Amino acid sequence: MTTAFAAAARVVDPELRVVTIADLGVLREVEEEADGTVRVTITPTYSGCPAMDAIRADIARSLTAAGYPDVEVRTVLSPAWTTDWITDEGRAKLAAAGTAPPPPRSLPLLQRTPVCPRCGSPEVEEISRFGSTACKSLWRCRGCAEPFDHVKVL
Amino acid sequence: MTTVDELLALGDDALIAAQRLAEWTTRAPELEEDVALANIALDLLGQARMLLSYAADLERAGLEGAGRDEDALAYLRGEREFRNAQLTELPRGDFADALVRMLFFAAYQRELYAELAAGPDERLAAIAGKASKEVAYHVDHAIMWTLRLGDGTDESHRRAQAAVDRLWPYTFELFEDRPHLREAWLAAVEPVLAEATLDRPEDGRFRPTGGRKGVHTEHMGYLLAEMQSLHRAHPGASW
Ligand SMILES: [Zn+2]
Repeated sequence: MTTAFAAAARVVDPELRVVTIADLGVLREVEEEADGTVRVTITPTYSGCPAMDAIRADIARSLTAAGYPDVEVRTVLSPAWTTDWITDEGRAKLAAAGTAPPPPRSLPLLQRTPVCPRCGSPEVEEISRFGSTACKSLWRCRGCAEPFDHVKVL
Repeated sequence: MTTVDELLALGDDALIAAQRLAEWTTRAPELEEDVALANIALDLLGQARMLLSYAADLERAGLEGAGRDEDALAYLRGEREFRNAQLTELPRGDFADALVRMLFFAAYQRELYAELAAGPDERLAAIAGKASKEVAYHVDHAIMWTLRLGDGTDESHRRAQAAVDRLWPYTFELFEDRPHLREAWLAAVEPVLAEATLDRPEDGRFRPTGGRKGVHTEHMGYLLAEMQSLHRAHPGASW
């Protein structure tokens, strides 16, 4: 039988389809109460992240399918999500899918540029600070000339 | 303790700024900018939602369960019940207006949220802590464009200066409740204007005010009509 945690953790992020909410660090906690209720705690990446409603619905659906019909999803803001919450596995999945993962926040600002997820070149330039979703910016590789998405440091 | 009115002022600033900025969607000068402005508006809308939800919860607690939810606060209040500063409701204007306004407003929000994030109200501090990371990007974006427009062509310079002159008097209202934030705000804004070869206006006597008491410009009614029409025409609709 799937554990409640596993059922919540396998929910895929609706915008970055290659990673789960556990990979992203959006999933904070899963608690099973004595009466069978499962309480799931999540945190938004951005204040206006439009995916949160879909994530809540997907968590309820996944848990129900795994045999946990009573689900409560709670949203917390603190501690605030940053890109450092993305796991190493999540970073590897993003890179493999052609989206450059965010560098660690501990790096100095000028070293926080991505490498090309396609050819690995560090010769990249930012095209737009704001990409197709709030969490991404748009870059171009000078090595292979391909544009790519980058999950920007937050 | 934070009051409902204080939360409405914070939430309404973000909500009305988001609504005005969203008017640029499909109208920005280039695709990347269209996406950027839409994303910034979305950040502001998210902040507004969290702040108005908090205001609604406080109001309900005070009225023992009666009171309104965040949707009712956004869509069912009349003009005189909104507490936003007038800067946020002024008409869209041209592109220079949008970016100069973003510089003034985001630089203010950055100081404001930094203070609230360290404040005693835990729920408000969490919202502000979250929002301040987003606002840092907004400030960055506005600075980039202010420099590009101010120190650009004769025409972009003329328009940027006109926007600075037009909007400056409206910035005073932002600091009515927290006058001590203006010093840090000036320290952020003045060097940007200087580098952009734009004149920093004199602090004149024309300082429009009243937004925090529900007194708005003639533009506010039109904005609300557009923002609220769907919700009012189809109460309780969902999809
Ligand atoms: Zn490349």
